[in-house]
Amino acid sequence: MDVEALRLSFELAALTTIALLVIGLPVAAWLASSRWRWKPMVEAVVALPLVLPPTVLGFYLLVAMGPMSPFGRAWISIFGRPLAFSFEGLLLASIVYSLPFAVQPFAAALSAVDPRLVEASHTLGVSRLATFFRVSLPIAAPGVIAGAVLTFAHTLGEFGVVLMVGGNIRGETRTLSIAIFDAVEQLDYATASRTALFLLAVSFTVLVVTYSLRRRPVLG
Amino acid sequence: MTGTLSVDVRRLFPGGAGVRASLDEPLAAGGVLVLFGPSGSGKTTLLRAVAGLDRPDAGSIAFGGETWFDAAAGIHVPAQLRRAGFLFQEFALFPHLTVGGNVAFGLGHLRRDERGGRVKETARLLRVEHLLGRRTAGLSGGERQRVALARALAPRPRLLLLDEPLSALDGPTREELRGELRALLHHLGIPSILVTHDRVEALALGDRMAVLVDGVVRQVGPVDRVFSAPVDDVVARVVGTENVVPVRVAGVEDGLVVAEAGAVRLLALDPGRLPADAFACVRAEEVILERAPGAATSARNHLAGVVASLVHEGPLVRVTVDCGIRLVALVTRSGAEQLGLAVGLPVAALVKAQAVRLVPRG
Repeated sequence: MDVEALRLSFELAALTTIALLVIGLPVAAWLASSRWRWKPMVEAVVALPLVLPPTVLGFYLLVAMGPMSPFGRAWISIFGRPLAFSFEGLLLASIVYSLPFAVQPFAAALSAVDPRLVEASHTLGVSRLATFFRVSLPIAAPGVIAGAVLTFAHTLGEFGVVLMVGGNIRGETRTLSIAIFDAVEQLDYATASRTALFLLAVSFTVLVVTYSLRRRPVLG
Repeated sequence: MTGTLSVDVRRLFPGGAGVRASLDEPLAAGGVLVLFGPSGSGKTTLLRAVAGLDRPDAGSIAFGGETWFDAAAGIHVPAQLRRAGFLFQEFALFPHLTVGGNVAFGLGHLRRDERGGRVKETARLLRVEHLLGRRTAGLSGGERQRVALARALAPRPRLLLLDEPLSALDGPTREELRGELRALLHHLGIPSILVTHDRVEALALGDRMAVLVDGVVRQVGPVDRVFSAPVDDVVARVVGTENVVPVRVAGVEDGLVVAEAGAVRLLALDPGRLPADAFACVRAEEVILERAPGAATSARNHLAGVVASLVHEGPLVRVTVDCGIRLVALVTRSGAEQLGLAVGLPVAALVKAQAVRLVPRG
C-alpha cells in the first residue's frame, strides 16, 4: 500500500475535520436557531455538494483557484505558488465538498437541544456564546462527534473533486483513492485490493461508531 | 427588594390572536402576583416578555424604575441583564450537569470559594443539599422543582417568575408542594409573579391577581376580591368560583370543619392539614335560595340574609345575598320568579358542607 498516500489522506481528512468544526459549528448553530426568510437559500448552498457531481464542483473550484481568477491570482501574489494542484488547494476543496457532511448532523443535533434549556441559561445571566459552549454543545456532543467522524471518513475516501483540483502528485495531492485508481490503471490489482480493503474497513468502523453514538442517551 | 412593574405590551401571533396587556402593579417583597387565565389567554406570553425571553411587537416594560423594553425607543434589555429568575413549567434542568452544577450555573461571576458557599446556602434553603452530587435524571418531580428553584434563586434575582410551577407534578406531590412553595415565596424577600390556570393554586399562592382573557388584563386586585367580586361576566366565567370568603378555622364538629367569617359559621369537609387561615370557596351554582325560614333540609349551612342585588344573565339570575358575608347564588329565572326575588327580600341561602371548599393560606 502507498504509505505516502495513506499519510496524505489522513492529514487531509484530519485538517478538513478540524476546519469544518471551526466553520461548520457556527453555521450549524445559526441554521438551528435562525428564522430568517432566506434561510432555505443558505441551506441549499450548504447541501449543494451532496447532489452536484464531484466533477462539476471540482471544475468550478479549479477555475476559481486557477491563475485566471482574481482569487487564484491573489493567492499566487501572497504565497508565491498556485493553489491549484497543491495540498492547500486540495484542503480548500475538501472543506467545501464535505461541508454538508459536517453541517447537517451538527445542525440536527443542535436543533434537538430543548430551547428552554438555552432560555434557562439566558435567565441565569449567561451570555449567548457561553450558553452555546456550556449548554448546547455538551448536549449536542454525540451528534457533533458523529458529524466530525462522518466528515473525516468522507474526506478520506473522496475521489472526484481531488482528481479535478489536485491531480495526482505524489506526496502533495495523491490520496488513497487516487492511489487505487492509479493501481488499477497499471493493472496492479493486488495493491488496489489492499488499499480498497483498508478503506472499506475504515469506513465500516466509522459508521459503526457513528450509529452507536447516535443511540447513546445524552445523559453522559 | 420591591419595585413597580409597569407593562404595556402588544404581541401579535400569526393567525390573528394576540396579546394586548397592560398592568401597573407595585410588587412587594415576598408578595406574589398571580397571572390567571385560561390556556391561550396570553399569561405565559406576558411572563416571557417580562423575563426578556420574548420581544413584544410594541409597547414597554419597566421594573423598579428601570426600562427593560421600549419598542418606540428601541430598548430591549436582554434576559441576561434583567436578573429575573425564571422557573419553567417542566423545570428545564440541565441534563448534562449534576444538581450542584445546575445550582451553580448562574454563579459564574462569583469567586470560586464564594460560589461553593452560595450553592450550599441555596441548597440548604431548598433542602436539596443531599442531592448536590446527583445527576438530574433520577430525581422525583418534587426534587426537580426544588432544584430548579435553587438554580433560579442562587444568583439572587430581583424578581422571580414562575410558569405554572406545579403543573408538571402529580396530584399528591402538588398538594404537598403548594404549601411549601407559598412559605418559600413569602420567606424570600423578593417579589414573585406566578402564572397559573388553576383556581386553587391562585388562591393558595397569590396575594394579588391579574385576570387575563384573550390577551387582555381584565381585572387586578387582591385574590379573594377578584374571585368574589369579578368586574364583569367574562371575568366571572373565567374565575368560576364566585364566593371566596376569608375564614378562620375554629375547630372540628362531627367530622366537619367549622370555619368562621366574622359572625357567620360555615361547615365544610376537612381537606386535611388545615392552618388557621383559609379561604372558603363556594360556586354560585351550588347555593340554593329559599324563602326564610324553610323546612329541614340536608344542607348543613343555612344562612339568613336579604337579597342585595339581582342581575339577569340569559336563562339565569345572579343573586347576591347579604347574610353577614356576601354570597352569590346563580338560580334559574323561573326559580327566581317563583320565589318572587326582589332586592331587600329576606331569604335563606343553603349550601351543602361538601360544596364549601377550604383552601389553606400560609
